[in-house]
Amino acid sequence: MTLDQKLAVLSDAAKYDASCASSGGQRRDSRDGKGIGSTTGSGICHAYAPDGRCISLLKILMTNFCIYDCAYCVNRVSSNVTRARFSPEEVVTLTLEFYRRNYIEGLFLSSGIIRSPDETMADMVRIARMLRTEHHFRGYIHLKTIPDAAPELIEEAGLYADRLSINVELPTDRAVKDYAPEKDPAQIRRAMADVRLKREAGKERSFTGKRPPRFAPAGQSTQMIVGADGADDTTILRTSTRLYSGYKLRRVYYSAFSPIPDASAALPLIKPPLMREHRLYQADWLLRFYGFEVDEIASATSGGNLDLEVDPKLAWALANRHLFPLDVNRAEREMLLRVPGLGTKTVGRILSTRRHRTLRYEDLRRMGANLKQAKPFITLLDWRPRALSDVADLRARFAPPPEQLALF
Amino acid sequence: MRRVELPEIGTFEAWRDEARALLGAGVPPEELLWQRGQGDGDLFAEALPPVGGAAVSVPRGFVDLARLVVWHRDPERFARLYAMLWALRRDRRLLEDRGDPRVEKLTRMAKEVSRDRHKMTAFVRFREIGQPGANRRSFAAWFEPTHHILELTAPFFVKRFGDMDWAIFTPDLSAHFEGGALRFATGATRPDLPEDATEELWRTYFRNIFNPARVKLKAMQAEMPKKYWHNMPETRLIPEMVATAQARAREMAEAAPTLAPKRAERITARLRDGPAERSHPASGELTDLSTGLSGCRRCPLWQDATQPVPGEGPQDAALMIVGEQPGDREDLEGRPFVGPAGQLFDAVAARAGLDRRAAYVTNAVKHFKFAPRGKRRIHQAPNRGEVQHCRWWLDLERRAVKPKLILAMGATAVESLTGDRRGLTARRGGIERTQDGTPVLITLHPSYLLRLPQTERAAAEALFESDLRRAVQMLGAINAGPGADAPAG
Repeated sequence: MTLDQKLAVLSDAAKYDASCASSGGQRRDSRDGKGIGSTTGSGICHAYAPDGRCISLLKILMTNFCIYDCAYCVNRVSSNVTRARFSPEEVVTLTLEFYRRNYIEGLFLSSGIIRSPDETMADMVRIARMLRTEHHFRGYIHLKTIPDAAPELIEEAGLYADRLSINVELPTDRAVKDYAPEKDPAQIRRAMADVRLKREAGKERSFTGKRPPRFAPAGQSTQMIVGADGADDTTILRTSTRLYSGYKLRRVYYSAFSPIPDASAALPLIKPPLMREHRLYQADWLLRFYGFEVDEIASATSGGNLDLEVDPKLAWALANRHLFPLDVNRAEREMLLRVPGLGTKTVGRILSTRRHRTLRYEDLRRMGANLKQAKPFITLLDWRPRALSDVADLRARFAPPPEQLALF
Repeated sequence: MRRVELPEIGTFEAWRDEARALLGAGVPPEELLWQRGQGDGDLFAEALPPVGGAAVSVPRGFVDLARLVVWHRDPERFARLYAMLWALRRDRRLLEDRGDPRVEKLTRMAKEVSRDRHKMTAFVRFREIGQPGANRRSFAAWFEPTHHILELTAPFFVKRFGDMDWAIFTPDLSAHFEGGALRFATGATRPDLPEDATEELWRTYFRNIFNPARVKLKAMQAEMPKKYWHNMPETRLIPEMVATAQARAREMAEAAPTLAPKRAERITARLRDGPAERSHPASGELTDLSTGLSGCRRCPLWQDATQPVPGEGPQDAALMIVGEQPGDREDLEGRPFVGPAGQLFDAVAARAGLDRRAAYVTNAVKHFKFAPRGKRRIHQAPNRGEVQHCRWWLDLERRAVKPKLILAMGATAVESLTGDRRGLTARRGGIERTQDGTPVLITLHPSYLLRLPQTERAAAEALFESDLRRAVQMLGAINAGPGADAPAG
């Protein structure tokens, strides 16, 4: 198999991992002329594929041979896809040559499990070590950790990698047992707990005042497949909250279950609910940056699932209309963040400008507010929604018109 | 009308110096005509020798804004910046007013430049131009930015590509990094760069990382506008990728499930029926505890916790210490009393002469009960049912260790051991008995001490310490006593 053919197989096999982020972590560069690469902290998307996803890293599998049989996975042992395996040198060369041409920010390396978790993890660590120590590569490295691998391997992985991730795969332990019988949810949680502990230990100075080497400075993330099992959105968001608070994850990625080549008969083959994935991300943002609690978001769902037609913040505001309209010139930050159409940046600008003068409708437009959404929920010096926020069909103003049924 | 000419290289510094001097000399904005490079300019404006003026200070935020705005392609940018400087003399906090139209215009221009800069760091594509065997490898690229951002963006490439030579040509200027030094040159035309074989590999990657089951063209174009496409080797594939996506997705959905390869069955059977790879070695009665505990579903607390936290210590310990439940730290490590409360306990125990390593340390409830609040997990007291269910495990530990004395810390431990949690303050320091007669010394929980206000803390800590001393004395008496080897009670 040529390098080009291997790359085709092993990037195709890696695309079901949603994450491609290269953000966070320490800043590095190669101004000393002794190596290559830099990380800026904010990440760069070097291209976008027609699926709308950012291509920031060379996201590949070391091999797609795998001894596990996870029903949702294209690489499961019972699948008939073409198999391939990179040598560590090939991964290193591809990473460096792509990097030198400014195609990528770095490498996101994942792998099927071959022989044993330890042997697979040892090969991945070897690639990271070659990049960092032989080639002085200072770009971004994201390693997908194998939960059952030996702690020393994880320890070494964290020294080379900016980010480590372990996929929880599915929202409930029950679903993991059903669809990924070789994986152990408790072991996955322990591995994430371990990464958090090692990261925290890496931040503390010893009694001599020395800092230990940083461990996975860009933190850890995980991914959940949405729509393969029966879990509703509230269940998914509760799991996320648990992961964020327990293991200090940077991100939980939601991946709408996508039809795969040679799919297992155990799974439904339906069009991926992309809007559901989008709504979950919106709700995730509300939890992390807007001060919402899961129960509040859950209260505005129907049957535990987020409204697909309007975003979760608007859904919450529509369900809590007694709190609106809100006086933008007086309201607290916490409440401003709950107004549909006002983002964290706009709220920051409102607070800074409010110290100088009373705000008008036009001011809010200049500050970047989405007034089409916000206007029924706010009052300003020259704006009052009048009856707008009371009308019964307020939701209909935001929801898309009902689709006409297709003739059959 | 005074004409101010700015050079094409070092434009920001030149503008800053001119503006500083003009402002110091009190020249109003309407008397100035700004110009970058050799333009035809206004025939009626005259270039005057620089004016000398007093030093001026400006808000920090303005300099950051100007560093971006000077590279905007709008010919009015220098004049707008100077007008803002002029306005800032009277109202130094003007920039904080995000509703002001002048501020809004400048911030928007800064944002446009900043975005263009970001896209340049993303979409420049180098081709290798050096000779094989050369000391440093060399690369070159042609790029067409929307604004005049090469000088602004070049430091990014300097930091990133330290060990190679590179050149970036734009219609405006070119940047050259050779042997570790950066220089700029004017008047670039599109260079003829040789084919680079790595581009084919990159296209292979681009084609295969795309998931045909989810086409989102708008999202792609919002972030990668078409104006950048013609200088990127991968974008020529997009039309074909989009055209065939639907058919490929349909094909995947319609394909009938295939028979698994023969080896699959063998491998799966080996994994599922084989012995667990990392089972803990058996070494005595209590090893059943950790394996048994990990499957415990007696109450729902296991669902949110990382792992159960079994007791720890010698299995023939004379002293058993029982706390409430694992906390955040204990839940992560899987060991009892390693968090802040555990550290306080260790400190007080050391003062009281109590050797924790000789004791069996455990909790009344083995899973961490909490409520997530933002980024933290807030401890929640276990309820009566949870304490009752978990007593099964504590009883197992008591039967295995057969302690001579139990130190019960806090109401939950007391409830689990004596059946009653009421009136802890009055009972503290007293000795009670478990159903089988083992003496239980009642004391406070160290995390209670941590929650007390500083003024009450010292007194409570002294009580706690005296209880620990009492435990040490009792153990001494038990060990020295005639019936020391007999089972307690």
